[in-house]
Amino acid sequence: MGWRLTLRPYVLIVPALLLTCGILYPFGLGLYYTLFDFSASKPQPDMVRFENYETVFTQDAFWNSAWVTVLYAVGAAAVETVLGVAVALLLHRSSIVGRVLEKILILPLMIAPVIAAIIWKLMLQPSVGVVNHLLKPFGLGGVQWTDTPAGALLSSIAVDVWVYTPFVAILALAGLRSLPTSPFEAAAVDGAGWWYTFRRLTLPMLWPYVLVAVIFRFMDSLKVFDIIYALTEGGPGDSTVVLQIRAYLEAIRFQRYSFGISYTIVLWAVVYLAAMVLVRHLGTIQRKAAEAK
Amino acid sequence: MTVRKRLLGWLADVALILYFVFALFPIAWMVILSLKPANQLFSTYFSFTPTLDGYRTVLGDSEGIPFVRFFVNSLVVSVGAVVLSLVVGLPAAYASARWRFKGSENLMFTLLSFRFAPELTVIIPLFVLYQKLGLFDTYVGMIWVLQLVTLPLIVWIMRSYFADLTPELEQAALLDGYSRKQAFFKVALPLVKPGIAAVSLLAFIFAWNNFVFPLILTSSEAQTVTVGALSFLGGDRPKYNLTAAAALVSVVPPLLLALTIQRYLVRGLSFGAVKS
Repeated sequence: MGWRLTLRPYVLIVPALLLTCGILYPFGLGLYYTLFDFSASKPQPDMVRFENYETVFTQDAFWNSAWVTVLYAVGAAAVETVLGVAVALLLHRSSIVGRVLEKILILPLMIAPVIAAIIWKLMLQPSVGVVNHLLKPFGLGGVQWTDTPAGALLSSIAVDVWVYTPFVAILALAGLRSLPTSPFEAAAVDGAGWWYTFRRLTLPMLWPYVLVAVIFRFMDSLKVFDIIYALTEGGPGDSTVVLQIRAYLEAIRFQRYSFGISYTIVLWAVVYLAAMVLVRHLGTIQRKAAEAK
Repeated sequence: MTVRKRLLGWLADVALILYFVFALFPIAWMVILSLKPANQLFSTYFSFTPTLDGYRTVLGDSEGIPFVRFFVNSLVVSVGAVVLSLVVGLPAAYASARWRFKGSENLMFTLLSFRFAPELTVIIPLFVLYQKLGLFDTYVGMIWVLQLVTLPLIVWIMRSYFADLTPELEQAALLDGYSRKQAFFKVALPLVKPGIAAVSLLAFIFAWNNFVFPLILTSSEAQTVTVGALSFLGGDRPKYNLTAAAALVSVVPPLLLALTIQRYLVRGLSFGAVKS
């Protein structure tokens, strides 16, 4: 009753939409720019149609960046999932230690990723950083963390893991706390072991919750920028030049505006496709989980 | 059995403590580094005479980096973005929670989908546009673009708060002779106040922590702490104590807020997973 005035919701949403359009406009503008050869050296651009995209896809630099981006995103999301679920399981036991520590779980997540990268950069300095100082007793005093290609990629993934593992842990913990208790009680009565209960009960029921976290982490890692910018700036060489860093270098550093935007449009398309596939997968898994309950 | 169980519990606690050492050590190490005098930065590690010189330099602008100004800028643009997002976001969230209308789900998804767009896609055109409009390096320009961070968050979380309220409450108010506007302001809004507080602080933290937007869309006037802290790493001689002090000062507001409203933040962050 009384909720029939259909115009009202639109009126209420219009301000938010207008603000959103303020962002959609530059997005459309960017898309339009990519059809030109707009750059600092060519302020009066010619229409080149899809030439920018052709150049992107035929460049080794693009495929290198794409590869680095995928390595980074898969690596970070995988480690964060395993570590985050492990931390959540340990906290769910709710010992006194766990209850105290749970309150500060959120802290790294509240630190700006770029600040986290700065912090780790100081700690990873080869000769004066604290990490190598602590590793000295183990005979590993001189690791060139961010100065070797593999080290730089691993270090940036480590920073991502440091910042975002709490995110996965929080979602997994919320999931664990909302699971029904009766199947676990039944399993305990049947004398099922910890591993069996975990593999057959906990994990399948928890997975839909964890998957949301994994999707968020994977998509965010595909468009990582701040951590790499502050930690390695894409180096050494181009070993950590992920797609957004490449776009930044092309568009801002070398001032090839339209070419740089083409990179971000390609990345945007990839993230969208990944989102669609993952969200559909999520739907299937959630339905299965709901049926199983 | 019980001995084995106790041993496993003990092992679990040790594993947990190990993770938290990994999670908290970097913050503790920054505190140590920021308190070191400049001449002891490269010598000894755990023994030194603590000094506040690092903080004095950073907060006194003496390295030619106006850090206090960046701090104030961060406050202004983050608060501005949150306030603006609340003003337009609350009605939108309310509408989408109360009415199922044509295209509502699509509209809401569009709002959320901005979370997944690579920032540089819009920043580069905005950079060109801002130069023309005179919005480059201004508060207005920064507040406008930070909506991308704050608005989807506020709409999505507040939508579930409003959906949790039963419509009967407002209907009762309407029967009592309230107008629909009054029912919203006097009945619905006060009931979701805790939610508004929590989501505002969460949005504030996200806006504060943003790096890409101020990096490209500001240069000096409206630059924020995330970009400002990075400038201490530059220069010919690395000033680790200053960098550490700047990093710590810039994380004080988010960390303080997080500790105060920890319970609500966790609720906000885990909303998507628990309610689907």
